Amino acid sequence: MITTLLYSLTGLILFGMGIFTLFIHSHPLRKILAVNVMSTGVFLILIATAYTPLGQGNIDPVPHAMVLTGIVVSVSVTALALILACRVQETSNLNLLGKKRQGRIPEESSK
Amino acid sequence: MISPIVLPLTAGLLCFLFSHKTFTIALAAALANLLAVCFLTWQLLVFGPMRCHMGGWQPPLGITLRTDGPALLMLLMTAVTGLAITLYARGYFTYRIADPRHASRHQRQQRYFWPLWMLLLAGLNGLFLSNDIFNLYVTLELIGISAASLAALSGKPVSQLASFRYLMVSLLGSLTYLLGVVFLYKSYGVLDLDILQNITTSGPGMRAALALLSVGLLLKTALFPLHFWLPPAHANALAPVSAILSALVVKGSFFLLFRFWFEVFASIVTTPALSFMGALGAIAIFWGAIQAMRQQRLKLMVAYSTVSQLGYLFIAFPLARVDGDAQVWSIVIFMALAHACAKSAMFMAAGTVFLHLGHDRIKDLSGVRASLPITVFAYGIAAVSLMGLPPSGGFIAKWMLLTSSLVSTQWWWALVIITGSLLASIYVFRVMSRFFVIPEGFAFKKPEPLSPLLEWPALALALLSLLLGLVAPWPLYILATGSTFLAQIFPGGLP
Amino acid sequence: MNWGQWLLISILLSSFIPGIIIFGLPEEKHRLRTILNLCGSIIKISLILIMDTGIYFGYTFEIRMPIIPGVELLLNGDPLSALFATLSSVLWLLTTIYAVGYLEGSPNRSHFFGYFSLCVTVTIGIALAGNLVTFLLFYEMLTLTTYPLVIHRGTKKSLRAGRNYLIYALSGGAVFLVAVVSLQAVVGPADFTAAGFSSSFIDTHGTVLVLIFILLIIGVGVKAALVPLHGWLPQAMVAPAPVSALLHAVAVVKAGAFGIIRIVLDVYGAHNLLLLGVLPLLGGVASITILYASVRALQQDDLKRRLAFSTISQVSYIALGMSLVDQPLAVIGGLVHLVHQGLMKITLFFCAGNLAETLGIHRISEMSGVARRMPLTMTAFSIGAFGMIGIPPTVGFVSKWYLGLGGLASGTWWVMVVLAVSSLLNGCYFLPILTKAWFGKQQGPWPEEQYISRFETRLMLLVPPLVTAFIVMAAGLVANAQVSPLAWVRFIVREYGL
Repeated sequence: MITTLLYSLTGLILFGMGIFTLFIHSHPLRKILAVNVMSTGVFLILIATAYTPLGQGNIDPVPHAMVLTGIVVSVSVTALALILACRVQETSNLNLLGKKRQGRIPEESSK
Repeated sequence: MISPIVLPLTAGLLCFLFSHKTFTIALAAALANLLAVCFLTWQLLVFGPMRCHMGGWQPPLGITLRTDGPALLMLLMTAVTGLAITLYARGYFTYRIADPRHASRHQRQQRYFWPLWMLLLAGLNGLFLSNDIFNLYVTLELIGISAASLAALSGKPVSQLASFRYLMVSLLGSLTYLLGVVFLYKSYGVLDLDILQNITTSGPGMRAALALLSVGLLLKTALFPLHFWLPPAHANALAPVSAILSALVVKGSFFLLFRFWFEVFASIVTTPALSFMGALGAIAIFWGAIQAMRQQRLKLMVAYSTVSQLGYLFIAFPLARVDGDAQVWSIVIFMALAHACAKSAMFMAAGTVFLHLGHDRIKDLSGVRASLPITVFAYGIAAVSLMGLPPSGGFIAKWMLLTSSLVSTQWWWALVIITGSLLASIYVFRVMSRFFVIPEGFAFKKPEPLSPLLEWPALALALLSLLLGLVAPWPLYILATGSTFLAQIFPGGLP
Repeated sequence: MNWGQWLLISILLSSFIPGIIIFGLPEEKHRLRTILNLCGSIIKISLILIMDTGIYFGYTFEIRMPIIPGVELLLNGDPLSALFATLSSVLWLLTTIYAVGYLEGSPNRSHFFGYFSLCVTVTIGIALAGNLVTFLLFYEMLTLTTYPLVIHRGTKKSLRAGRNYLIYALSGGAVFLVAVVSLQAVVGPADFTAAGFSSSFIDTHGTVLVLIFILLIIGVGVKAALVPLHGWLPQAMVAPAPVSALLHAVAVVKAGAFGIIRIVLDVYGAHNLLLLGVLPLLGGVASITILYASVRALQQDDLKRRLAFSTISQVSYIALGMSLVDQPLAVIGGLVHLVHQGLMKITLFFCAGNLAETLGIHRISEMSGVARRMPLTMTAFSIGAFGMIGIPPTVGFVSKWYLGLGGLASGTWWVMVVLAVSSLLNGCYFLPILTKAWFGKQQGPWPEEQYISRFETRLMLLVPPLVTAFIVMAAGLVANAQVSPLAWVRFIVREYGL
């Protein structure tokens, strides 16, 4: 019971930290990392629900499946977000922190 | 029952492989989707609501798909609007590719549009059909990813920024939703909506779960004050993408939200909570309308109009139960159907105007009536539905809202609804009158021969939203047939 | 579907289908467009006359279409709808001929005539509406189909006028919607029946019903141009003359007045209104409108604006007649004025359009001696003006006579005062025009003389006002005969059992 509580609490704290960072910091990379931390937090809580102390019955496999699915989704989404962040940087006259850049933007190459 | 999901999914993958035949594949998939949904409707009318256990696994372990009245009407809406958007997109890209200056850029856009749109369609169908809350998370993510990529497709700097923000918001929404799912699972250990509906009891855990689910879905549905991401994303996307986003994507998460509030958690939802949602909806109506009136660009105006119209959907929260449990869904279904058709028609019309004139500044839109008569017609008829004038579907929804609010003596909602419609007519007619202006020395030339695919799908959808009021008994009948709980069970994956 | 239902649908389709086809026609196909229009209107008149005969002999025409529980579309041919429908269709035929002549050479005629046909379809729909929801449906559609006609010229002024028109009309429509929904919530879904809803509701919901009545009258009062909701009408004069003729004689203003008639006779019923005691309110508003608009008309120099204020004033006679609903004579006067005012006002607007189109005359001060140049037009104008003042044997005299008798019988002395004063004022603002035209001397060349030929102007512009002026005289002379508007109105009042 304590284990579950500890894991769940940690997960919630991670979730909260992620949300905080997502709102406060403006650097896109930070935001993406924040989202990752949030998803890790949720997965942690999920794993915690699957916890059964030794010898008290079978482990519940459903949360494990959910976490696996979630990790896959998280990876693909992170990839997409990173590409979008790069595109944002390439096509705007601002660097990633939103400050004006010196020099020209690279011309749009044909893709 | 899995064909509405599998067909577009396969089509999307095929579109990635065969980048030359994308339109044929996509059109075939859209038509097949429509046929499948019609078949499902027929099945619903004959057999009643159905459940399909995927792979033969029973719940609570297995994932079920369900068809019932509301889900099927949303599927129909998606299929019909999707078909029209497919045709329009073809016309749009053909027109753009014919322009030699940026042909390669538009070729690239087209290459990626079709598979992404098919994936989005698969995700939407999955969302409407799923009966399992984790499966719903997966479909929500699928929709979010494809939608964000589609929004980024236009390549403009502002759209890249907007789509990045859209993706972040979408992820925040999904993760909050997932946290809600986790809470539910912790409390009850099941993921199936039917089982959850029967066993939910009141308690702080349930309320927390409902709150989390709602916040997540509200972020995705862009209710005030969580709507900030919508106007830039919808306005700066390509015209067919704007239509898809405004008409279909936001409806998906709303559908889920309504289902949770009124079916799964019906016993723990309190009147103050419903009134709170209604109040947010009212603020959304006013805020969106006022912002729409201030816009200088046509597409931004239409995007803010979406923010405003979504508020109507939420005003239905405190009013849906007035007639008893039988027709809880009727108001929102009519509103959603009418808005989907009208808003996509309006975005399509805006896109055609943009293609024709090269810009969408509202004050320079003069004289369009002469060169694009069909498009202006489509815009006008779509505007009628947005204003809620008879006999459109918007009017039916407005009538039901007004009746419910006056019968239950919550007359303040009636005031909000009426004022909202009047505000809508202001911002809609602002553009309309510019269409009709004849600038000095205007030479009345023949209308430019645009591809019919650019003009007629918009007109067809607009007419559909106008006549929705006249065919109103049919959706109501589908809702009535599909709401009993005697469900047919189909083991395995059918059809 | 029996033949009666087919008849009702065909009446609506006979102008709807030509309208849709005309939208698709290329701009150059003038003759095809004219033929379509004329065929459509002739078919419509014939069908409506068939329906009238059927109604006279007691046949019922009804077609229902349920929408959602509580909302049902109902088209119904009863004597009152026959009156309005016949008036609209006959005047539409004449206005079409006039419009073809007036707009010769203007751009964008396909759209104009398309919206024109749709407008008439919707007006007939209002006439045939059998319950408040159907009435509301066609009422709002009337706003939408007349808006493009008002802004047809595309100038800044027309756009401003159109915007004002929309603001008034849509707000009125919103108020009307709330009133209809509230009424339905109180008394349940009701069709138009001769006695209105059951009187038992008055005991329980008296104040709410009074409020709803006020809201309903506001809703239709915008289109009927009751003061202070009349602001859109003088500005809408910027539209071409056929549109003004249509708006003022046939479609919009009459639809509002027809709405008042329906609300008083069919929705509430005479008995309930007497119980509720709101009739003096209606009478008061009508009287204020009559007097105020007449005074404003005196101040106008622009001919069409003077006619606009005259319309505002005259249409309120109908409301005045309705406010004395316990007196059959007053109701006859109000109802028959629906027809008579339409005929007279359309004559006047046709003539005003002729003057503007042929000679470029827009202001009364420019009209000196114009009767020598355009005698036939001014004869028609004079007949219309005499009718407005109420001089026998024009039809205007007939309606005022009945209104006066009704006022006398009910003992409300102020009705007589209002009638007398307004007739005086009518004379004050019409007679100077006539004296100037007939007896004045021409002051220099006409502003923009356009047409010099054997007839004083294009035939298509000349014939319609002459026809309507003739009817104004003839219907007045044969008012007591079997086939006059008055006879039909007497038939209606008998049907209502007043």
